[in-house]
Amino acid sequence: MVVGTSVQRVDGVAKVTGKARYTDDFTMPGMRVAKYLRSTIAHGRVSSIDTSQAKALPGVDGVFTFEDVPKRIYATAGHPYSLDPHHMDITDRYLLTDHVRYMGDEIAIVVAVSDLIATKALSLIDVEYEPYQPLVEAKDALAKDAVEIHKGTGNVVKAHSFVAGGDLDAVRKECDQLLEGQYKTQIVQHCHLENHTAYAYMDDLERIVIVSSTQIPHIARRIVAEALEIDTGLIRVIKPTIGGGFGNKQDVILEPMVAFLTKKLDGIPVRLKLDREEGMVGTRVRHPFDVKVQIGLDQEGTVKLIHFDALSNTGAYASHGHSIVSAGAAKTHYMYPRAVYSCTAKTIYSNIPAAGAMRAYGSPQMTFAIECAMEEAARTLGMDSAEFRLRNGARAGDKSQITKKPIMTCGLLDSIKKGKDLIGWDKKRALWPKEQTGEVRNGLGVAIFSYGSGTYPVCVEPASARLILNQDGSAHLQVGATEIGQGSDTAFAQMAAESLGFSFSKIHVVSCQDTDVTPFDTGSYASRQTYVTGQAVMRTAEQLKAKILHHASIISGLEATLITISGDNIVISESPEIVVMSVQDVAIDAYYNKERGGQITAEATYKARNNPHVFGCTFVDLSVDIPLCRVKINEIYNIHDSGIIINPLMAEGQVHGGMAMGIGAALFEELMVDPDSGKIYNNNLLDYKVPTIMDIPDLGAAFVEPNEPTHPYGSKSLGEPPIISPAPAIRNAILDATGVAINELPMSPKTIFKYFKNAGLI
Amino acid sequence: MIRTISCTVNSKPVSWQIDVRMSLSEVLRTNGFTSVKEGCGVGECGACAVLLDGIAVDSCLYLAIWADGCNIRTSEGESKGGTLSEVQQAYLDNGSVQCGFCTPGLVMSSTEFVEKHRGEKVTRDQIRKEHAGHICRCTGYESIIRAVEQCMKPYEKGK
Amino acid sequence: MFDFNSYHKAKSVDEAIALLSQNPEAIPLAGGTDVLVRLHGHNKNYRHLVDIHDVAELKKVTMESDGTIVIGSGMTFTGLAHSPVVCENIPVLNEGGSSIGGPQVRNVATVGGNICNGAPSGDSASPLLVLNATVELKGPDGIRRLPLYDFYQGPGQVDRKAGEIMTCLRVAADDYRGWSAHYYKYAMRGAMDIATIGCGAACKVVDGKIAGLRLGFVVAGPTPLRCWRTEEKTIGMQADEELIDIVKNSVLGDLRPRDSWRAAKDFREQIIKTLAERVLREAIKRNIRNTEME
Ligand SMILES: Cc1cc2nc3c(=O)[nH]c(=O)nc-3n(C[C@H](O)[C@H](O)[C@H](O)COP(=O)(O)OP(=O)(O)OC[C@H]3O[C@@H](n4cnc5c(N)ncnc54)[C@H](O)[C@@H]3O)c2cc1C
Ligand code: FES
Repeated sequence: MVVGTSVQRVDGVAKVTGKARYTDDFTMPGMRVAKYLRSTIAHGRVSSIDTSQAKALPGVDGVFTFEDVPKRIYATAGHPYSLDPHHMDITDRYLLTDHVRYMGDEIAIVVAVSDLIATKALSLIDVEYEPYQPLVEAKDALAKDAVEIHKGTGNVVKAHSFVAGGDLDAVRKECDQLLEGQYKTQIVQHCHLENHTAYAYMDDLERIVIVSSTQIPHIARRIVAEALEIDTGLIRVIKPTIGGGFGNKQDVILEPMVAFLTKKLDGIPVRLKLDREEGMVGTRVRHPFDVKVQIGLDQEGTVKLIHFDALSNTGAYASHGHSIVSAGAAKTHYMYPRAVYSCTAKTIYSNIPAAGAMRAYGSPQMTFAIECAMEEAARTLGMDSAEFRLRNGARAGDKSQITKKPIMTCGLLDSIKKGKDLIGWDKKRALWPKEQTGEVRNGLGVAIFSYGSGTYPVCVEPASARLILNQDGSAHLQVGATEIGQGSDTAFAQMAAESLGFSFSKIHVVSCQDTDVTPFDTGSYASRQTYVTGQAVMRTAEQLKAKILHHASIISGLEATLITISGDNIVISESPEIVVMSVQDVAIDAYYNKERGGQITAEATYKARNNPHVFGCTFVDLSVDIPLCRVKINEIYNIHDSGIIINPLMAEGQVHGGMAMGIGAALFEELMVDPDSGKIYNNNLLDYKVPTIMDIPDLGAAFVEPNEPTHPYGSKSLGEPPIISPAPAIRNAILDATGVAINELPMSPKTIFKYFKNAGLI
Repeated sequence: MIRTISCTVNSKPVSWQIDVRMSLSEVLRTNGFTSVKEGCGVGECGACAVLLDGIAVDSCLYLAIWADGCNIRTSEGESKGGTLSEVQQAYLDNGSVQCGFCTPGLVMSSTEFVEKHRGEKVTRDQIRKEHAGHICRCTGYESIIRAVEQCMKPYEKGK
Repeated sequence: MFDFNSYHKAKSVDEAIALLSQNPEAIPLAGGTDVLVRLHGHNKNYRHLVDIHDVAELKKVTMESDGTIVIGSGMTFTGLAHSPVVCENIPVLNEGGSSIGGPQVRNVATVGGNICNGAPSGDSASPLLVLNATVELKGPDGIRRLPLYDFYQGPGQVDRKAGEIMTCLRVAADDYRGWSAHYYKYAMRGAMDIATIGCGAACKVVDGKIAGLRLGFVVAGPTPLRCWRTEEKTIGMQADEELIDIVKNSVLGDLRPRDSWRAAKDFREQIIKTLAERVLREAIKRNIRNTEME
């Protein structure tokens, strides 16, 4: 068995030796450097711009402003194209703009022979602005007389509402208790270690080659084509090794610009690389949410209804803004699927950096609100927090109120039970004093989550793979899906090896995507790849296997149905110890026999039409130092139902990483905006508090593994979910320790101070 | 502002013409040592860490001219004759690598740590403190600590 | 490539002074962890440099015959952590130093740079203040010494005259012998962070009474500050909980924390009070333990 074992990751050696090549590790003779001129105000219009001095500077190849770019508005969200006109992404960007919508908006760009000359040239451009009042918060953007950030929108990107599972008013009347709460989440930035970077050059007079650190090469290709009005076939996007993305590279940010620049400059290679300070405002962030939740309960402690009213701030451009809240609402509703579930939501524009996709896509925000509210519910009822969730949480066989489909596998209750054991919930509850006094107090907290495995049925879920049998009996595997650190290439190789009967070392994954060559797949997002792409890989492997067996049968004269592949050999199915020949023998014959055969290849494409749900929870034990307003996590566990685990070590790594990001968002991270000017104060890694190794406690990960019937290996999603539940669990534990309910993120010492002061604790 | 510096990189003597305005990371990368990554350019992330006469420095915030006469080690040089160093192997064994962008820098700090504390019994707290100059956004650090613990284990016994 | 216009490398203090005098716009470059960060941001005030990175005479710690500890300005924080003189006599300096940045930063950042950049947050400032350190500068007109406290003139401003180099920081025997001290940095992260509040305390307890007490704070005003009035009040008092209460309630009178996007004033005040209490308690505990051991 290869599936289910912790084989070493296929890109591991390249990465520990530093031999893995990322976008910036490729250079070309004569490559130029591009740098943006970014606005110094958050809202307004460029009234004049003078680039003559910059253009005259020796070493400058070109200076382009909003006047020079195609008058073509495009959308940047890395979604698959939608055939449904109501489901199109929002087109609200030009390559460069004179209408400034956030501090740092791109108004011009310089191309020069070096970084220093490009920077010098930027300083020689004179810009004058007609400033407008920056609209930073919702109340500003929605004010009656507010200037429209995008014409005709009233500063609302999208408003939605839905009710699932029953009549809201009727159920409300049946409830014995209605509880309400309001919860706020902050702006978080992805902070992948590799910044956004891309370069482009031309192959001939028409064809543009783009090398980019992207999660979505095939989508990027389409969007570049749209932005520049060029045929898709003339654009080639290459994705080398990438240093993290977390959703921020599920957006097409630099690719259209580098393509435009090389085209303008006769095909010379141009690199556009954002530095950290620029990237933290000029790419994407997580949407801050403000969510009102109402929970309806009956006397026994059953949740009858969950209703939210959510406000999401997408900032200067829509990016993924139109889909984040609804995705968050839909994916979280599986936690408590027996309740009526209703949501009204509004996403607004404002003059802050554009928000887009980030790990778990709206779910962390929604789950924070729901799981805080559920904690209030449990406490109001005097029920144990874990017990309350065991009572109300999803079970296999429950029906989704939204899709009306049954939940096939659900390990939620088992994961709660496992979490209770791991943290010693009952024991600590019994031992710890009910009322704590003193400066340092301990608390226990729990929160649960649900998520999906892809985007179906909202979006199409296509994946494709190709396998080529080599002369040595190994196979090369190509996928359009992207390895971004999560380990998908290794999981694909495991599944291919397993399906083929090859040993793991005989599968070589082509880790680099090249849209001229690699089969189509929409890329890395929505935790979809192991579930969706994995199935394309398996179908491809089955085809390849059939072709290998067919050729082996021609060589051997044995019926193809009587033989199979095992341990890199062709063996008799009934007696696998009898080796007929090696796979290598088959390959050599296929390649070189003058009379028969040919290269043995297979290719398959697959569209997922299922979206199984994943579940899990976080359990935390922490101490709060009240006078110092500081939280110390003593123990923390995430328990996941992701179906059968393909690679336990890598799965654990995904969970650890997500937990750390979740802890970061819970206690440390916030991109801070000056409410008057729209300026971001802390767009660097010193002032934006990504947790260091000192800030993350020992992490515990565990799994429950129901076998998901819609996937050949029983697998479901895992990449994003670990980030979802740590924040509410931590918040609930702080409440447990101190009696203070903190209803906003991050729960940094500054926030905690505010709450403790109000509560009279300090 | 052109000068010549001579140093040893991964055991090989080199002599390079540099501009005094260049950082060590820029010079190393230009000369092919692309394991040295740039994640911030100001010493906040540690992706560009190299060992300079045995101690870790962030090469992005270090003038190349200061490396004149020094012995430099980067991740490329840690595997020898096709064999990974014990730290590199431990990183693979423990799943300490995800996107890998922070990895070459972290491998160097772990290497310094393991060489410095050989034979000692070390705590997780010590491992944390001496890796605190690196940001890893993927792993949550747990597997990195485990990798270092694995490297320290064989030596503890002697004590 | 860093954006500087002129660069001169000095091999000795005297050469550095001469180069600074010939290039009035130039500033010293030591570990560069401050200067190079500014240059990364294309700051125009850092474009002319006199490089003292490799001036060996600045990189040592010595003890003079009268017990005065002389800390070369070019000592890195890692170097200080390995200096037996510092570890044995003024470990509080390493409590501050080891809280700076991360290991790679401490391997190059110098104590001279940490003081000369005039940062209100410098983590070595508070320990050095409670050690009553003296700054020694050498310039075209010779050597001058002044208390560290007076060296600070405002945020980012120190009393360094044209052509001067800080050669060392001096701590007199009377200022550490018989004293115990503690520094605690309160920041938003456990590493790689600028202090929200840093608090140092040094004390000397004789027969249960305070014979001397010093409190130094960073980020509690425009420069690192001492709590003169509070300190004076405590002389001769019993080293007990009542003393700690008095100190806790009086330190704010000596300090000027402010509101900024990094932290609100009332929050800083809360932390100042809590740290004053906890850090002083620890310093007293250490002093009593040390005296008992002697
Ligand atoms: C990632 C990171 C984290 C950091 N974290 C911290 C922290 O936690 N705490 C903290 O206090 N600081 C921190 N710093 C700031 C900085 O590292 C320290 O202040 C350091 O001590 C500066 O020393 P340096 O030798 O690098 O100074 P340089 O950058 O070389 O110089 C700083 C200033 O001092 C002047 N100068 C230096 N030496 C002399 C001298 N001998 N005589 C006269 N003038 C001189 C220079 O002209 C310049 O103005 C951090 C910096 C970075 C990049
Ligand atoms: S592995 Fe991606 S940042 Fe560490």
